Amino acid sequence: MKTAIETKNLTLSYGDSIIINELDLQIPKGEITVFIGGNGCGKSTLLRSIARLLKPKNGAVLLEGNAIAKMSTKDVAKQMSILPQSPIAPEGLTVLQLVKQGRYPYQTWLKQWTEKDEEEVTKALKATAIEDLKDRPVDSLSGGQRQRAWIAMTLAQDTDVILLDEPTTYLDMTHQIEILDLLFELNEKEQRTIVMVLHDLNLACRYADNIVAIKDRKIYAQGKPEHIISCPLVKNVFGMDCQITVDPLFGTPLCIPFGKGRCILKEVVL
Amino acid sequence: MLLKNNGQRFIGLFIAIFLLLLLMCASIVYGYTDTTWGMVLDAFQNNNGSNEHIIIETVRLPRSLIAAAVGSSLAISGVLMQTLTKNPLASPGIFGVNAGAGFAVVLAVTLFSVGNLQAFTWISFLGATVAAIAVYTIGSTGREGLTPMKLTLAGAAISAMFASFTQGFLVINEAAFEQVLFWLAGSVEGRKMEILTNVLPYLLIGWLGSLIISSKMNVLSMGEDVAKGLGLNTGLLKIMVAIIVILLAGGSVAIAGPIGFIGIVIPHVTRSIVGIDHRWLIPFAGILGGILLLAADIMARYIIMPQEVPVGVMTAIIGTPFFIYIARKGFNAR
Amino acid sequence: MSQYKNFRMMKGKVSFLLDNKATIVLIVLLIVAGAIFVLSTGMGDMKLSPLAVLKVFFGGGTEMETLVVQSFRLPRIIVALVVGMALAVAGGILQGIIRNPLASPDVLGLTGGASVAVVSFLAFFSDQNNALTVSIKWMPLAAFAGAGFIAMLVYFLAWKNGVSPIRIVLIGIGISALMQALTTLMMIMGPIYRASQANIWITGTVYGSSWSNVAILVPWTIIFILIAFFMVKNINILELGDDIATGVGGNIQRHRFLLLLISTALVGGSVAFAGGIGFVGLMAPHMARRLVGSSFGALLPVSAFIGAILVMLADLIGRTMFSPLEIPAGVFTAGIGAPYFIYLLFKTRNA
Repeated sequence: MKTAIETKNLTLSYGDSIIINELDLQIPKGEITVFIGGNGCGKSTLLRSIARLLKPKNGAVLLEGNAIAKMSTKDVAKQMSILPQSPIAPEGLTVLQLVKQGRYPYQTWLKQWTEKDEEEVTKALKATAIEDLKDRPVDSLSGGQRQRAWIAMTLAQDTDVILLDEPTTYLDMTHQIEILDLLFELNEKEQRTIVMVLHDLNLACRYADNIVAIKDRKIYAQGKPEHIISCPLVKNVFGMDCQITVDPLFGTPLCIPFGKGRCILKEVVL
Repeated sequence: MLLKNNGQRFIGLFIAIFLLLLLMCASIVYGYTDTTWGMVLDAFQNNNGSNEHIIIETVRLPRSLIAAAVGSSLAISGVLMQTLTKNPLASPGIFGVNAGAGFAVVLAVTLFSVGNLQAFTWISFLGATVAAIAVYTIGSTGREGLTPMKLTLAGAAISAMFASFTQGFLVINEAAFEQVLFWLAGSVEGRKMEILTNVLPYLLIGWLGSLIISSKMNVLSMGEDVAKGLGLNTGLLKIMVAIIVILLAGGSVAIAGPIGFIGIVIPHVTRSIVGIDHRWLIPFAGILGGILLLAADIMARYIIMPQEVPVGVMTAIIGTPFFIYIARKGFNAR
Repeated sequence: MSQYKNFRMMKGKVSFLLDNKATIVLIVLLIVAGAIFVLSTGMGDMKLSPLAVLKVFFGGGTEMETLVVQSFRLPRIIVALVVGMALAVAGGILQGIIRNPLASPDVLGLTGGASVAVVSFLAFFSDQNNALTVSIKWMPLAAFAGAGFIAMLVYFLAWKNGVSPIRIVLIGIGISALMQALTTLMMIMGPIYRASQANIWITGTVYGSSWSNVAILVPWTIIFILIAFFMVKNINILELGDDIATGVGGNIQRHRFLLLLISTALVGGSVAFAGGIGFVGLMAPHMARRLVGSSFGALLPVSAFIGAILVMLADLIGRTMFSPLEIPAGVFTAGIGAPYFIYLLFKTRNA
């Protein structure tokens, strides 16, 4: 198993408070890795630091064996793209203009719009099904359309590694599945490494080859969903009681949370 | 945030009020004419008509009260403007009040040779109001009503227009320039008590109003949609904010001329002390604004004695280093 | 019916994309600017028809006409044109990298720094009779130095593991307020004649421009505007915020520094020769944004022409409408710009 991204002794902090402590993590190449964990556990912070948006307090992030801190940021951008949480587009910028920005690392003064640029941008627009919206201002779109425009920008960057921080927020169920299917296909067909933060544990289990559960500034568990997702894990990572069954369609783990609600079963299982 | 819980904030508020009162007294005692604390007490208890006593009663007292009132009003209207426009760079000036007032005064001086401070009061109040209404109207045209962006842009454009017309008149008319130069710099010197008592009712309404809407401003600061969802009549609130800003900032410019710095700086300073809850932010900002203007005004008397530095200049000189320090430290949330 | 047109040349070694709408807007603005240039050259005490002006340009025309056009009118009109461009481009860059619609050369204290420098210059180098003891030719240098010094100061004070847009702008505001205060103070303390002189400068005027001014200002501005155009793609990504800009491989601190430097150079140059002309740096980019959208490849050139048109028109009105009075151009940039801007604000909202 090859490693795409590796963190060594990584410590992250905001001011004085430590968010991630001395973390050694390996993210396998050509697979889909999903970070899970409760709100505020540092999974977004970890993703941001892997994407070099946050300078580590200590330790290093390696991309294909090279420390990203020592690489030129443009070279990193050709290998790894990042979609942060809820970015804001400037007033009046159109979808096409936004998606085109994904080609930034490849542009030079003379080569502003090569055939390759056009091809990648068109491909990204098509993949996210927003070709019809390409001349609309981003700020006039619905939440789901807007999110797809940003994902298209990330795709246009044409990188082997794609990082996404909660790419399915704002999306209805259809579009959630569409986006995740799209990422799954990119992984399947082109062996791209995808790393994302997802809140929906069941979708994480379905799409991830590799899950990283984060708790108390450390990795609580890492591995295939079917190997690691269990009631104790959910209890410890999310502080929630649940039952784990098997997804009837996919066979992946399915987490059914305990709690209140209408129960219409004849025999009460709980 | 310096003061983390309500207990600390109460104590902080008392200290600030005490400081304000202390500075108001100091403002009465210290100045070019030598007076002592005892003399001040005497002047109020049994005024013997001496030179000092007259100065204390007719010059120093109004000046001290005016500085406190104007400082508070500007700071409060600054808080309201920054929340309304969601822009940390906004100040009451964005509403066009300063530019409008300046233009009205210069117009009056040039065309009608008006020349006394009393007259300036109403003229500038009128100018400020007209400009602010124009900005508000232009900013709220269109389907979605008043948006922060439109208000900001309309305000910047209208202010720039009035300001440049003012410049134009001053460039042509050197005599008028001489007459209004000091007024345009902003000053609380030489104002009679009537000027304050004339405008005070408007300021009072503004102060009370700002306290009444303070909890609503908290809701508005979460964004238009959330505020509406929580059942806030945002359209009405925005109009109320506009009226309060016109009363406070318009009243201030009417009394003291355009004093620019307080409206931007004090809100930021106050936020770094008490956080973003408007119920604390507004009263604290008011008191701190008064403190800054009083302190600046006292210092303004000593820098180039016997001449005086306009207090608008002085606030910037003592406020800037403080402001930069806070900007570097980082504002906690906006 | 594509909105864009591709250009690929030399087997793909050179390629770019043109926005059709922006191209049309740009051509229209170019024609308008050209027309105002010719018209303005013909207006004044001695009126010339546009045709006569063109004749003078190409070497025809009487000796008198040539003299008036060449020594009095052309230099100031060229300065107006270039200053308008410089301020608009600088303002556009600042709004892009600071991501705040209120950002402008004035807000960052650049104009304020130049004002203090000029007021000090007038105060320190005037004798009792208000006559200058050194040549007025040094005043542009003072203004430029003032703007440059303040830019450095703001950047230095805003530095803390890099500069963030909000820190730059807040510190800029603080410094700018301080500069304004100092300017006012010096004006009040000095004799009124000097204050009035300074006030004309602060308002901004291209009166008294000479060919030697043109010879310095034009190449200076053109160089920095060209560099700005080369950096357009970097402004585009900075406007998406620091996270995205880093994510797509932008070196945000370096680009921000360079772009601030370019803006400072542009503002410094125009402030030196035309004083504190306001409004253009703030509003020309907003007008451009409403005409061609937010992509800086279109926004910067369109802003530049709007700026040039504004200042040329303002100067034209200032020197002809109230003749024989000379009104500084700075009075009218806002006077004609604000109504048009408000119109644009209306129009785009109802569309």
